[in-house]
Amino acid sequence: MIEVEGLVKDYGARRAIDHLTFHARRGEIVGFLGPNGAGKTTTMRILTGYMPPTAGRAVVAGFDVVEQSLEARRRIGYLPETVPLYTDMTVWDYLEFMARLRRVPDVDARVETVLEQVGMSARAESYIGALSKGMRQRIGLAQALLHEPEVLILDEPTIGLDPAQVVEVRSIIREVGREHTVLLSTHILSEAQQLCNRVLIINRGRIVAEDTPEGLQARLQGARQVLVRLAGMDERLPALLEALPGVQRVLPRDDGLLRLDLDPGEDARPHIARFLVENGYDLLELRQTGMSLEEIFIELTRTEQQDAPAPVDA
Amino acid sequence: MQNVWTIAQREYRRYFATPSAYATAFMLFLVLGLVFYANIQYALASSGQFVPDARIIFGPMVIVFIFAVPALTMRLLAEEQKTGTMELLLTAPVRDWELVTGKWLGAFLFILSLLAVTLVYPLALNEMVQPGIDQGPLLTGYLGFVLMGAALVAVGVMVSSFFSNQLAAFVATLAVFWLLWLIGMPARAAGGSALLRYLDFSQHFYPTLYEGILDLRDVVYYLSVTALALFLGSVNIEMRRWR
Repeated sequence: MIEVEGLVKDYGARRAIDHLTFHARRGEIVGFLGPNGAGKTTTMRILTGYMPPTAGRAVVAGFDVVEQSLEARRRIGYLPETVPLYTDMTVWDYLEFMARLRRVPDVDARVETVLEQVGMSARAESYIGALSKGMRQRIGLAQALLHEPEVLILDEPTIGLDPAQVVEVRSIIREVGREHTVLLSTHILSEAQQLCNRVLIINRGRIVAEDTPEGLQARLQGARQVLVRLAGMDERLPALLEALPGVQRVLPRDDGLLRLDLDPGEDARPHIARFLVENGYDLLELRQTGMSLEEIFIELTRTEQQDAPAPVDA
Repeated sequence: MQNVWTIAQREYRRYFATPSAYATAFMLFLVLGLVFYANIQYALASSGQFVPDARIIFGPMVIVFIFAVPALTMRLLAEEQKTGTMELLLTAPVRDWELVTGKWLGAFLFILSLLAVTLVYPLALNEMVQPGIDQGPLLTGYLGFVLMGAALVAVGVMVSSFFSNQLAAFVATLAVFWLLWLIGMPARAAGGSALLRYLDFSQHFYPTLYEGILDLRDVVYYLSVTALALFLGSVNIEMRRWR
């Protein structure tokens, strides 16, 4: 449904996205995850035909977004980050206008359906300016769904919403994602984890990881962590533990626990336990923890920055 | 074409919900009403020496138009850029020229509506003056306003496409109008360049349409300005995508 090959976008001298390549299949919800300024919005704007790429190719629903822009645009529903709405129009008039631009066959019936879908039927006659942020977000989503697009592109669909609204919007997206291909951007990791079949982590215009949320977590759990609680501790202990086979480093935490980062592969926990007991430490707790997606994300984006050439100070 | 009409309809309806459109209409009718009243008083006092015709309306209306059109066109594209709704329109299956032309058509239709209301003055005058006013200048004058309206609105839409600030768009449009209106003046004074005189907006109105003369060259001139401005506006929207 979405095929992106070597996409590049330069803003003047600044490269916003750098040879981006990814695919999204029909019925897939793909999460675009990355810090602000990573190139998420730029990529989405190219896919929706808002701006052309500097180089590379993007095909949406079988149509090149530059060469066959109108055909591609007909098949895309787009919710930009800013949720562009005409605040001096009523909900109904706005959706009717967008439906006409989209050449929806039975405008009234369709507007009614999408309003139902986003739970806004009761506010059809309200002026958009009088709606809360969450409601506006839903109207923006309704607008993107009007023409039953094959591909739905949502830029930060839950940003700025209160927790209850977030839950609502997510459930709408999940429902929509059953039939449509959805590409959504977010910088909330739990959101990507909950909603997406696949996550692309993007940083500085490049994809640094691509996997299912579970796979991503499993892949990085190779670098395992163990938390140890002892009844009493001395200063020599961290250094002693670090000398054990399979232990990479030991970090005392503020809450009195020791965090041990272990080598992937062989489980070092038996060695640790035996060492502690044999040396007279009272072991209260030894617990393995996985890295949260948050930690993985920070890890990935940090590594990327370290790999990048160091900035030259003038 | 369907897209042009969809956008035009929305713009047209929107004027009826916009305070600045009402304020603009108020200014137009206030000035015209005052001038009309003054002319009637003057005609009555002159005891038959001065017989007013449609031109008492056209003279002030030109000046009001030069201020009114920028007020009506300034937001057309500038506001979309400011509020981000441009992103919505540029990602909808709408060609750039359809967007620009639709905006133009909506504003042009509103101008036509205002023009239609101003017909009450010449019609009232027709009742007051015996044996009625000269129909020639009335018809060509209104044709002139329709043509000028089309061209001025097109220039206004074009200028609006360059700005995301409405006030900047207003002032810039006004500046372009005055330039177009006065460009032939130095040439006339010095008896110089025929090109400058040809480009002059007023020179296609006062000597001909205003006096009841219909010259095809004036029609071609105003239609050319309209087409050129809409073309440049579309090109500018297209260029914005590449930035």
